[in-house]
Amino acid sequence: MTVIDNVKKLIFLFLALVVVRAAEAQLEIEIISGNPSALPIAIVPFEWQEAGAPPITRVDEIISGDLYRSGLFDPMEVEDMAERPVDEEGVRFGTWRLLKVDYIVIGKVRTPADGQGHELVYQLFDVHTRDRMLSRVTTVGPGDLRFGAHRVADAIYEALTGVPGAFSTRIAYVTATGLGNDLHYELVVADADGFAPQSVVGSPEPLLSPAWSPDGRKIAYVSFEQGNSAIYLQDVSTGSRELISGGKGINGAPSFSPDGRKMALTLSRSGNPEINVRDMATGRTQQITQHWSIDTEPVWSPDGRYIYFTSDRGGRPQIYRVPPGGGNPERVTLEGDYNARASVSPDGRRIAVAQGRGNEYRIAVWDIETERFTILTPGTLDESPSFAPNGSMILYATREGDRGVLSAVSADGSVRQRLILSEGDVREPAWSPVIR
Amino acid sequence: MKSAWRLTLALLIAMTLAACQTTQKAAPAPEPEPEPVKPPVETSGAPDPRDYTDSRNFDNPESMLSKRVIYFDFDKSTVRPEYRGIVSAHAAYAASNPSSRITLEGHADERGTREYNLGLGERRGNAVSGLMSAQGARGSQSTVVSYGEERPTCRVSEEDCWSMNRRVEIVYTAR
Repeated sequence: MTVIDNVKKLIFLFLALVVVRAAEAQLEIEIISGNPSALPIAIVPFEWQEAGAPPITRVDEIISGDLYRSGLFDPMEVEDMAERPVDEEGVRFGTWRLLKVDYIVIGKVRTPADGQGHELVYQLFDVHTRDRMLSRVTTVGPGDLRFGAHRVADAIYEALTGVPGAFSTRIAYVTATGLGNDLHYELVVADADGFAPQSVVGSPEPLLSPAWSPDGRKIAYVSFEQGNSAIYLQDVSTGSRELISGGKGINGAPSFSPDGRKMALTLSRSGNPEINVRDMATGRTQQITQHWSIDTEPVWSPDGRYIYFTSDRGGRPQIYRVPPGGGNPERVTLEGDYNARASVSPDGRRIAVAQGRGNEYRIAVWDIETERFTILTPGTLDESPSFAPNGSMILYATREGDRGVLSAVSADGSVRQRLILSEGDVREPAWSPVIR
Repeated sequence: MKSAWRLTLALLIAMTLAACQTTQKAAPAPEPEPEPVKPPVETSGAPDPRDYTDSRNFDNPESMLSKRVIYFDFDKSTVRPEYRGIVSAHAAYAASNPSSRITLEGHADERGTREYNLGLGERRGNAVSGLMSAQGARGSQSTVVSYGEERPTCRVSEEDCWSMNRRVEIVYTAR
């Protein structure tokens, strides 16, 4: 190997490190109000049994981080672990009981028999009953080790809470950086823990309203790049995109039907904003509301039977719903002066909204059956709620001083966390569906 | 009656302006020459600020035509009485200059949701467009574009700033 080769290698390594550091620096997550009854759990470092060097961030650290952010778990620091067993025989339950741990996870990472990717082999035990609650092998492709760790966290979360985890999902959001003529907007997709941010599209003109396709492969969004609002649909991995709607007036608020065959959107070509449904295969678009008021922000119920939307037909913005084929809209939210931008829970029973009262805007959840609001966030300018695909948390946009940041709140309001981008405004979060 | 009063007022303003012009000219005195380099339009004196067919009034701070932003109340799209004069001036200009084209950019403050605010910005733009049409501008002369809360002129979360952002900007794409 020549000197030049070595230098090249060093430069490459240095660049790789810089990229990783930049990605890590970008989003910082902090729990601002925790849950005192979080479950104590120990995720013992996974033994690295592969030929190559282990990654900088260990698998067990990623799992602990996921569980911690859910607010339901209190993972033990590795430094406090008296023992670090890899196999069941090495687990001395008495020791872990003394350390006041309720659950323990042990595991290893190895190369699968075909030599491709990674296998995460792990077990979950109840320290008190000594029951083995999980014993699994999770296999992921090359470069997907973080994704594998999130899948393990999903399984642990499900085994202990009864609800599937949503850690192996992704989030989309919009950033605005710079001032005046240097303003730059970016639509970004990142892992649900904020890692691996990847720009989907950048523009000097505003971007907003990202919406995932149900298979998690595409994102529809609104861009002002042509001087007026227009809806584009873009493939997240290939970057290829198509213009969906760019006529006169507003082209906004795209939302996919649960089967991905249709898209609800807001168009104002008739003179004021109305809800429309577009057939994705034929492009045929049908107007389903007809009122002089502002009708916008359509979103589908998970069973596809209704489209929820914001309308000020009663004087102030409230949530209504209408069948996707059209019909008589029925009012859903019955309390408050200002309820807008609904996100429907995966079970279809609740809707999260931005609720305004005077100059205070908070995220509130309306229970459709009991007809009651629960206010989840303290305000003051909270908006754009987006349910996690397992319904456990709601991601939303808020302001801190004069900049926008993203926050997440557990669906019961008990745990809140903040995701901070190091620079500029972060807004318009959209939680992806579960990626299969 | 009303128009007679208007005419008198316009004349008065014009006369006052003319008077101002002469005194201003007189003050720095030394050269009596009437500056031959200036184009002939200028020699006819300053434009009548109430002549809304005169494009020179776009840059005349005395004229309503130089004012091109209309402000609104929270969650409202009614053009307040104090802004009707501005809208009328631009309607008069558009009516007398059929080739002129206007984009009415509607905006909202940051409170409330982004897509709803897109609707609100459009509603404000439509309110101005409707008033202009009622006063003789052709519908094809103006286009409404809503930016919602995406393009604030001021970025502080308080009413003084919000009131600056709730606006319609009258932008001429062709005069």
